[in-house]
Amino acid sequence: MNDTSALYLAILLPLLGAVFIAALRNQPNLREATTLITSVVLFANVCWLVASVANGATLRATNILPMPVPGLFLSFELEPLGAMFAAIASGLWIINSLYSIGYMRANKEKHQTRFYICFAIAIAAAMGIALAGDLITLFVFYEVLTLATYPLVAHKQTAEAKAGARTYLLILLSTSVFFLLFAIAWTYDIAGTVTFAQGGILNGSIENWLAPILLACFAFGIGKAALLPVHLWLPAAMVAPTPVSALLHAVAVVKAGVFTVLKVGIYIFGIDFLEQTEASQWLAWLAGASILYASVRALTQDNLKARLAYSTVSQLSYVTLAMALATPLGALAGALQIAMHAFGKITLFMCAGAIYVASYRTQVSDLNGLAHAMPITFAVFAVGALSIIGAPLLGGFWVKWEIISTANTPEQFIFIIVMIASSILSLAYFAPIIGRGFFLPSAQASGNAAACAPKEAPLLCVLPPIISAVICIILFFQIDALRRFLEPIFQAIP
Amino acid sequence: MFAPILPAALLAQLPILQVVIPLLAAPVCVLLRRSKWVHDFSLLVTAIVAMTSLVLLQFVLNSGDVSYALGGFAPPWGIEYRIDSANAAVLLLVSVSGFLVLLQSRASIEKEIPKQKHPLFYTAFLLCLTGLLGVAATGDAFNAFVFLEISSLATYALVAMGKSPRALTAAFRYLILGTIGASTFVIGVGLLYMATGTLNMSDLATRIPASPHHTVIQAALALIIVGIGLKAAIFPLHLWLPNVYTFAPMVVATFLAATATKVALYLLARFLFVIFGDASFAGILLMPLALLAMFLASIAALQQGNVKRILAYSSIAQIGYMFFALALASTQAVAAAWLLMLTHALAKGGLFMAVAGIALQTGSSNLDDWKGIAKQMPWSAAVMVVCLLSLVGVPLTAGFVAKWSLLIAIFSTSGSIILVAVVAATSLLTLLYAGKILETIYLGNFDEQHASPNLREAPIAMLVIAMLVAAMNIYFGLNGTVLSDLSKRAALALLSGF
Repeated sequence: MNDTSALYLAILLPLLGAVFIAALRNQPNLREATTLITSVVLFANVCWLVASVANGATLRATNILPMPVPGLFLSFELEPLGAMFAAIASGLWIINSLYSIGYMRANKEKHQTRFYICFAIAIAAAMGIALAGDLITLFVFYEVLTLATYPLVAHKQTAEAKAGARTYLLILLSTSVFFLLFAIAWTYDIAGTVTFAQGGILNGSIENWLAPILLACFAFGIGKAALLPVHLWLPAAMVAPTPVSALLHAVAVVKAGVFTVLKVGIYIFGIDFLEQTEASQWLAWLAGASILYASVRALTQDNLKARLAYSTVSQLSYVTLAMALATPLGALAGALQIAMHAFGKITLFMCAGAIYVASYRTQVSDLNGLAHAMPITFAVFAVGALSIIGAPLLGGFWVKWEIISTANTPEQFIFIIVMIASSILSLAYFAPIIGRGFFLPSAQASGNAAACAPKEAPLLCVLPPIISAVICIILFFQIDALRRFLEPIFQAIP
Repeated sequence: MFAPILPAALLAQLPILQVVIPLLAAPVCVLLRRSKWVHDFSLLVTAIVAMTSLVLLQFVLNSGDVSYALGGFAPPWGIEYRIDSANAAVLLLVSVSGFLVLLQSRASIEKEIPKQKHPLFYTAFLLCLTGLLGVAATGDAFNAFVFLEISSLATYALVAMGKSPRALTAAFRYLILGTIGASTFVIGVGLLYMATGTLNMSDLATRIPASPHHTVIQAALALIIVGIGLKAAIFPLHLWLPNVYTFAPMVVATFLAATATKVALYLLARFLFVIFGDASFAGILLMPLALLAMFLASIAALQQGNVKRILAYSSIAQIGYMFFALALASTQAVAAAWLLMLTHALAKGGLFMAVAGIALQTGSSNLDDWKGIAKQMPWSAAVMVVCLLSLVGVPLTAGFVAKWSLLIAIFSTSGSIILVAVVAATSLLTLLYAGKILETIYLGNFDEQHASPNLREAPIAMLVIAMLVAAMNIYFGLNGTVLSDLSKRAALALLSGF
């Protein structure tokens, strides 16, 4: 096996898995086993790719599928940023599959085959985004990801689920068609190419005053990055079953969005070009505002998943902010945030799901005293939350550290304040959840929740978040390895 | 690929054989009488015609344009058939659609059309095919009118065979409007003849600039645009179309949706770019109409409750796209128009085929009766998904290839960001009505009381062909070069004149 075939396999394996899942629709055990096996094989395959990137290999595979306009092809490339995203998505797919099996069975959800098929297709699309070699290829898989996740969001088929899914689909597709496709066509018109290249492709070919406008088309076109005000799809998609929320918030969807933002910043505009023209200055301000606004909104949400959703909106803007600071170190911090937030947020969502499975509670105000019945879940939740807040000994710490150290100039000093304020705010919206669970006396819950005596959720709902929480801790200590892996993105990092 | 094995003498006759074979076969259908024989015979005829046009296209692409003098009378006095890349593509589109549609719709023909009418149905179908092929193949303006009338008259009869009594009123309305269109067209051609003394298209192209009767030619152009516009259902001359697609037998709707308006569009492009040659005029006239069609018809499609009507209004909107591209009048834009034409035929044809299957099983084309049928008819529903995505222009489908080249054409031709925004906005409207259909058939809650308990998947023959068309939508989405090269050749043929 060589790198090229491993690259194609990364996209084809999940699709193949989807076919087998469809074929085994009448044997749930075999079907779930297929999902797990596919995810493990995929992860092994991606690890192979990661290993060769770490050894300094880069790879570009073009001319695969000729596209209509001369010079345009579907092409793929292997580079550190994409390899990292692929590794995160495929690795989390294993954890999320384990959890899905536990959650879907415990809740006796219907249409499980459709669920697993769409999930596999979404992963294939995420792989395509991670390994895309140019904007068109990336756009293609970006749209596939939107379409494949729509049935997942609408999974429950209630009027509420359908309405949420419709909002989800509409916002994502309309922004991508209106702005992203437009921006890509514009880029093609200006630069004559849309291929990702080190140092960017726009330098010298776009007038300086147009650069911020093009950047705006990208920033708002990539709806998955959930920048204010296109973040509204995230709270709307909250109606989905929890494993899907984990997919949206941690594994693939929003990560694909901010990953695309980073790709555009680094390989289309070029960090140096952004720094010279200050084209991204406004974006940094908007991202900062996004961070604070979403954090404040998170404070006011009583629904646990809604609170987590707004927390995601705020955390995603870290990546956009880091890119918009237009320094190599900042962009590196953005890449780190993709990894750190993925593991932190998936832990939180899986815990929220476990709480729902075990006790049918969805509101923060109903959680009083629940930690006595579910100590493991709440402890794991606390680990995930601390990582998001940015506490030392957890991976999330490094992101804050890097952003604060790169923003340490008089002009950008304001962003250090944003970082600190955001940490305080996230502490403020996470602390009540943990505090209520451990320290308040349990109150009588209402409705469905009253009917059952809470205890720990099934093993498959508890084990996956423990794994991801442990990874949060490992990431803190392995930061140097990750940094070394990502450094080739720029020629040299000071 | 076939050209070398055919004798040169036969090869030279292909342009006329293309049209004459179905023309002569049509009356034979009446004589054959037996429903089964007639079906197999027509199928054979359409297969031969499809092969012919494939060979012809191959020949034109490899060795250049073909000119055929009818009856040996040399043009410009005799009637000339002239095949270049532009109409070779249209011929292939029409003949292959005819073949696939017949192959697909055996079961629905048997259900929708009474047995004793079968020979007449196939006669009319073949005549309609003859007419459409003739319009595309001919290089003579009056001959184009004759074939336009053949296809129209046959279409009126075909539409009237629909089961619902409203098929009759739909056919009648189409007849009135179609006749008005044909009349204005023929008056326009007459004026041209008066001003230039010729009917041959290439001859017209050289004589019009030299003619002193400038006003007459302007009037002729106006009349011809209205006449063809009616056949092409360009907004606001589209009023006949929704009812025709809704009440005609499914097989007829499928065939018309894939072919009829495209042939008219081709003819208009021929008149505008080759005969009159003044492309800037076309832009001013057609652009606002095209934009209105794209917006209003898409909004109308959103409000329909009947799937066939949704698709009909969607067709009007998509025709707007094609006119929009023509109105930009650059080589790239005309190539985009041809791409839109070909990919829309693929998407709409596949959709109507799937709808035919579902309507056959459920006995209804109301969206309300289709709730959750994806469970019973997973394959038909899958075809709907693929073709609707292609219609919207989602990447990896043929529709995206067309949309992308349209976007690039807008950028390079007009550079107008507003036009790009309009295309994006109407794509979104397309998405809305496509989403409405998909949401109902996949996520609609299955109504136990209304639906028959033993709802089954469509007959295998219908399904296989529909799936084939859906697969073509994906194939050409992955391998866009074939279609885009063809379109580029077509655009060059039109814009560089004869």
